[in-house]
Amino acid sequence: MARVRKRSIHLSKLCSFACCRPTSTDEHAQIGQKGYSRVVYCNEPDSQEQVRLKYRGNYVSTTKYTAANFIPKSLFEQFRRVANIYFLVVACVSFSPLAPYSAPSILVPLIVVIGATMVKEGVEDWRRRLQDVQANNRKVEVYDESSRSFEETKWKNLRVGHLVKVCKDEYFPADLLLLSSYYDDGVCYVETMNLDGENNLKLKHALEVTSSLRDIQTLKEFRAVVKCEDPNEHLYSFIGTLHYCHRQYSLSPQQILLRGSKLKNTDYIYGVVIFTGHDTKIMQNATDPPSKRTKIERRMDKIIYVLFSTLILVSFIGSLFFGVETKKDISGGNYRRWYLRPDSTTVFYNPRSASVAAFLHFLTGLMLYGYLIPISLYVSIEIVKVLQSIFINQDQAMYDEETDRPAQARTSNLNEELGQVHTILSDKTGTLTCNSMEFVKCSIAGTAYGCGMTEVEIALAKKRGERLTEPMSTDTVDSGKSVDTVDSGKSVKGFNFRDERIMNGQWVNEPQSDVIQKFFRVLAICHTAVPEVTESGEIIYEAESADEAAFVIAAREIGFQFFVRNQTSIKLHELDPRSGQTVDRVYKLLHVLEFSSARKRMSVIVRNPENQILLLAKGADSVIFERLSEQGCVFEARTREHIERYTEAGLRTLAVAYREIGDDEYTTWEEEFMKAKTSVRADRDDLADELADKIERDLILLGATAVEDKLQKGVPRCIDKLARARIGIWVLTGDKKGTAINIGYACSLLRHGMKLIVITLESPEIKAQEKHGDKEAIAQASLKSVKGQIHEGKSQVASEHSTEFGLIIDGKSLTFALDKNLVNCFMDLATRCATVICCRSSPKQKAIVTRLVKSVTGKTTLAIGDGANDVGMLQEADIGVGISGVEGMQICYFFYKNITFGFTLFWFEANASFSGQPAYNDWYMSCYNVFFTSLPVITLGVFDQDVSARLCLKHPLLYQEGVQNILFSWIRILGWMFNGVLSSIIIFFLTTNLIIGQAFRKDGQVADYAVLGVTMYTCVVWTVNCQMALSINYFTWIQHLFIWGSIALWYIFLVVYGYIPPTLSTTAYKVFVEACAPSIVYWLTTLLVVIATLLPLFSYRAFQIRFRPMEHDKIQRQRSEGSEHDKIQGRRAEGSEHDKIQGRRSEGSEHDVTESTGTRNSTDLPSEIRIRIDNLKAGPRSKNS
Amino acid sequence: MEMDTNGATTSSAAGGGSTSTSDSSSAAKKNSKKPKYSRFTQQELPACKPILTPGLVVEIVDRYDEGCVPSNYSNDKLAYIQSSRTNKSCTRTLSVPKLMKGPVFIYYQLDNFYQNHRRYVKSRSDKQLRSKAYESETKNCDPEGISPDGPIVPCGLIAWSLFNDTYGFSVKSKMLEVNKKNIAWDSDKENKFGSDVYPKNFQIGGLIGGATLNSSIPLSEQEDLIVWMRTAALPTFRKLYGRIEEDLQANEQITVVIQNNYNTYSFGGKKKLVLSTTSWIGGKNDFLGVAYITVGGLCLFLAVSFILLYVIKPRPLGDPSYLSWNRSPAGNPT
Repeated sequence: MARVRKRSIHLSKLCSFACCRPTSTDEHAQIGQKGYSRVVYCNEPDSQEQVRLKYRGNYVSTTKYTAANFIPKSLFEQFRRVANIYFLVVACVSFSPLAPYSAPSILVPLIVVIGATMVKEGVEDWRRRLQDVQANNRKVEVYDESSRSFEETKWKNLRVGHLVKVCKDEYFPADLLLLSSYYDDGVCYVETMNLDGENNLKLKHALEVTSSLRDIQTLKEFRAVVKCEDPNEHLYSFIGTLHYCHRQYSLSPQQILLRGSKLKNTDYIYGVVIFTGHDTKIMQNATDPPSKRTKIERRMDKIIYVLFSTLILVSFIGSLFFGVETKKDISGGNYRRWYLRPDSTTVFYNPRSASVAAFLHFLTGLMLYGYLIPISLYVSIEIVKVLQSIFINQDQAMYDEETDRPAQARTSNLNEELGQVHTILSDKTGTLTCNSMEFVKCSIAGTAYGCGMTEVEIALAKKRGERLTEPMSTDTVDSGKSVDTVDSGKSVKGFNFRDERIMNGQWVNEPQSDVIQKFFRVLAICHTAVPEVTESGEIIYEAESADEAAFVIAAREIGFQFFVRNQTSIKLHELDPRSGQTVDRVYKLLHVLEFSSARKRMSVIVRNPENQILLLAKGADSVIFERLSEQGCVFEARTREHIERYTEAGLRTLAVAYREIGDDEYTTWEEEFMKAKTSVRADRDDLADELADKIERDLILLGATAVEDKLQKGVPRCIDKLARARIGIWVLTGDKKGTAINIGYACSLLRHGMKLIVITLESPEIKAQEKHGDKEAIAQASLKSVKGQIHEGKSQVASEHSTEFGLIIDGKSLTFALDKNLVNCFMDLATRCATVICCRSSPKQKAIVTRLVKSVTGKTTLAIGDGANDVGMLQEADIGVGISGVEGMQICYFFYKNITFGFTLFWFEANASFSGQPAYNDWYMSCYNVFFTSLPVITLGVFDQDVSARLCLKHPLLYQEGVQNILFSWIRILGWMFNGVLSSIIIFFLTTNLIIGQAFRKDGQVADYAVLGVTMYTCVVWTVNCQMALSINYFTWIQHLFIWGSIALWYIFLVVYGYIPPTLSTTAYKVFVEACAPSIVYWLTTLLVVIATLLPLFSYRAFQIRFRPMEHDKIQRQRSEGSEHDKIQGRRAEGSEHDKIQGRRSEGSEHDVTESTGTRNSTDLPSEIRIRIDNLKAGPRSKNS
Repeated sequence: MEMDTNGATTSSAAGGGSTSTSDSSSAAKKNSKKPKYSRFTQQELPACKPILTPGLVVEIVDRYDEGCVPSNYSNDKLAYIQSSRTNKSCTRTLSVPKLMKGPVFIYYQLDNFYQNHRRYVKSRSDKQLRSKAYESETKNCDPEGISPDGPIVPCGLIAWSLFNDTYGFSVKSKMLEVNKKNIAWDSDKENKFGSDVYPKNFQIGGLIGGATLNSSIPLSEQEDLIVWMRTAALPTFRKLYGRIEEDLQANEQITVVIQNNYNTYSFGGKKKLVLSTTSWIGGKNDFLGVAYITVGGLCLFLAVSFILLYVIKPRPLGDPSYLSWNRSPAGNPT
């Protein structure tokens, strides 16, 4: 294999990152013990030892079912529902003489219902399977012993110990140990977007001993043993040792390439498979997808229990009366109801053992009144949800043009919760922000350049414009200036800087042009980016972070084009201000003093073509300012002012400075520095830092940069609305505290006038303790400190009611705050704050926090995230993104219709001496739930909307109707139940009195059992469907079709069923055609009953809409009167502070959809925030799909 | 309340009044001021005039279960009815309050009789009733399924307890013919009860329930049985007994000879004989009218009270100031 080396840069030397420092080795002592027992024989996957260990293969399955267990498991899932178990038992018992109706008539609906649900489950799981298959069949090059070369193999065939070659832009198929890479020193760049959501590149290092294994010859001979920890979910830790050539080398996360991440900027790497399939860290992180149950579902279960109690009560009453009646049948040798032959009867009716008969009758009753339990409830709701998610997927407003991706509802389980979100938990990177930095402003020599406006600035300007009464502390230098520059074509990614004064080479005419020159030189030189020339001749930069790329790009755009970097020098195309020509300048690179979170600065020492030694530095303003020389701080005051303003505008700022170093000074310093660097003492890093510190002083300030981490379009507005709708927002981010706060401001999570409570462990005392290294003591002190801070925060919150609070807590403190003793305290504080930002938090912490928020508030939580690092969080939350919903009405209606039906049966029983004879033909009953009444509910669920999307957005407080669950409150439920009982009474009372007794037709026949059944049933069908029609707010032809269609279906059914031979149709034989249809009384009865049953609800609704309207009623009314516009506008202007926000949707999901549409419209969340309504199971898929 | 809109007579106009001289010249015609004929101008449009005839449905109800027990048995009616030696015939006189136009329907009405009892309803064999081939299909019929001589046809408690009171009517000692044909539903006769199924072993067991059947007549023609087997929905029910095809004049006295055989005394059920005519809505149905008027009245009442409420306490609709968050600036939603 001929290898062409285009470059051979020891990048590790160039940028010796803090993170590369060796980790402490005491953990390595544990290897071989419990939890650290994994052994990998590198390049010997087929060796006996390896095979004996039986590690799992690389096949990954995220499906819930397999072909073999689908039927039993999904059935089991189905019968975990109380109601379904009940129906199953009923179906079984229905074969015994206990049953009041024939067995098939109860079995068929059950099979239909279970079948429908299973089909739904099956289809969803099939989709998951397809994704798995795709992942499992990806190809990777694996070293093959027999052919002695690398051959393509499917991912699923990969085994532990395999030697693989992964090429540029490929995903790692498993967790790998990095052996070597294209680069000589064995480094490679990795994008871990799927793991932590950050799309900057991470550098990984191979061990020095293995980094030379770069050709097939040496690899062939490679034999080593890795002993390491067992599979676990910690993404950022790895403990293991490599036994190679009779020596031990300790391994750290630096050598591990995790599945789910991607190789970048490196042509290829070689690695050994360590963890496969479900053992990989990302799969370990994917906790088993919990079956999320929505709040409504939980309440539904409670109502089902209520119904069960009703059922038992009613059956009990029935059997009591039955027992009494039956007992009376034989009294003193006389047979009372002789026509029942009480003398020669079965155990079910035996008057001599009436109590036994009564007990058996109780069981019969349980079956008979089973119609109180809506069998089709779950399945209808599930169908509704599936349809809803289809509509969500179809929503044009949720479509992202940039990526050409529509919304994607991953599962349909939780749609209705979208309307009840109380707390939003969000990831930051890639969710709130695009994670693409743009250079927007800078301050050079005390002059502010860049006249673009950030979103925050625009928001501020707007606020000021409208509310002149509020004095603004900052003055408005550039707020009025050319707002339109923002939308003037954005040609360069990462660069959004507009200023005539210095662009297009104009900077030479500025008074301080020399400073400007130096400023941009610093930007062009002081970084670790690598330029890459694309085929089209363009230069793109691969930088460690997006900020850095933005600087280099900015420098390029201004005229300082960085185009070559090698180990010793950096080359720039520069404009020579004197000649006006572009010249190449070579800067000799002497040292890079890297960035670390402790140093908060980075500098490079270069020798310029003029042979001066320059130190170019950029860093946090606080750090740079304290290192300025006396003559260097000329612009300090003005720069400070600018920086302040930039920060306020939500920009990330860095100060830029330089100094010239004398040759002598440099030589002495370098000597010391090199000595420190190469020393073997434990504190050599501290020493190096100290020395760096020594040289980085007496700087001369040049200016400051301001970079915008571009927020997702509309995020501040969206957050503002959400906040004003009183939806709590938590941001869980892996970011540093400072950045997190900045972003918080930028997206108006943290607002001016908001008090911040910061809980952190970065206090000097803790740090001092850390130095001493006594872990126990550190933990103690940290806990104490966190506790103190929490209590302090609480008292602060308690004392000031009017102000809003923002809570910022870092990951370390969070660990302690989540301690058992503190957690309640912490949550108490957190829930009182409008915004909570958790920075530096790990995925696990995200999940824990989510669970806590859910359990403590007891409200619906929503989690938004884009990377696999959020998976845990998404799974813990009630819902994984989306916007709103209430299925309350729908469910109320279900209970209504079944109670109406069930109680007519009961009233009939009361007139049949509770013998258990159903009032209706068996098949009428079994079709009730499935055909005649369920379809309209589904349309209600899918299509109803009480308020249009536009009005929803206009009156965001409507959302509170959902959050507070008004439409599904117990009162409402009980109201509907009461209505059901009332309807059943009216139906029974009226029908019996109207048609029973006298002849019901002109030719003298009287209504018998069959006719009464049909009439009552007709009335029930009409009533429940008309009630539905009354409750629907939004009639389209679909609603009409389904409501009137259901009624028509009943008549059709009746006719068709009536023509089936009487042995099958029994009492239904020709009953409609012959008896009912020609009878005028039958029709008159239907009409009267329907009017009478609708009257209570109708008058209640009329009364309520007119005199005690709910919010959506009012808005509906407005819409119909078309008067809303001007009035609302006026009101809102005057009371906008308190206006509540956010759309909501009511009883149904069209609403759901429109709602999400609404929010979507206002925020334009891009595709990163894919709607992934939960059950996002495995990480890799989340990105790949 | 019973309005009858039948008998809408059509008084269509006759040919017309233009019987003018046929030989009048055209000139004469021109000068003639005689108005032109049209049915409209002459107000001779075809019309129909509804003649509303009030309450034509007449119903006579006579309860005879007590009256038909001789006074010496009045304390032990059960013994009377169960004894086979007592004379069961009894004569009642009914007076016709108004003209009853034929056909007059004869019903018997039982009370407290649970034909809708589950045990009772199930105690039949549809297959057996329908075809001879399924004669021995008596699964649900116990204890009236099989006699020592073989399967009972028709089997089951319903058939066994067939109503067996009979009525004979006469007016002024002239017998009124009772038509017992076509009292059952056609579908029952044609499809549920076979024309080749004859009663067999019926009412021969130890316990005699109700009527016996003529075993030479196929079930499809045993209309009394068919009517009986259409089980009633409620414990109080009427069943069609027959029809008198003649008109009964007002104030006529009808003499009814009742064979009071059926035992309702053991369960305290009343027996009533009902003579009734029908109209387009069937029999006498006061409840229908009452119910319609009540519901209508309720609607009217609600309408009026809403109007009143609106007048007294008007509320401008669609005024956004009523939105709760506009009402209370603090914005705690309701």
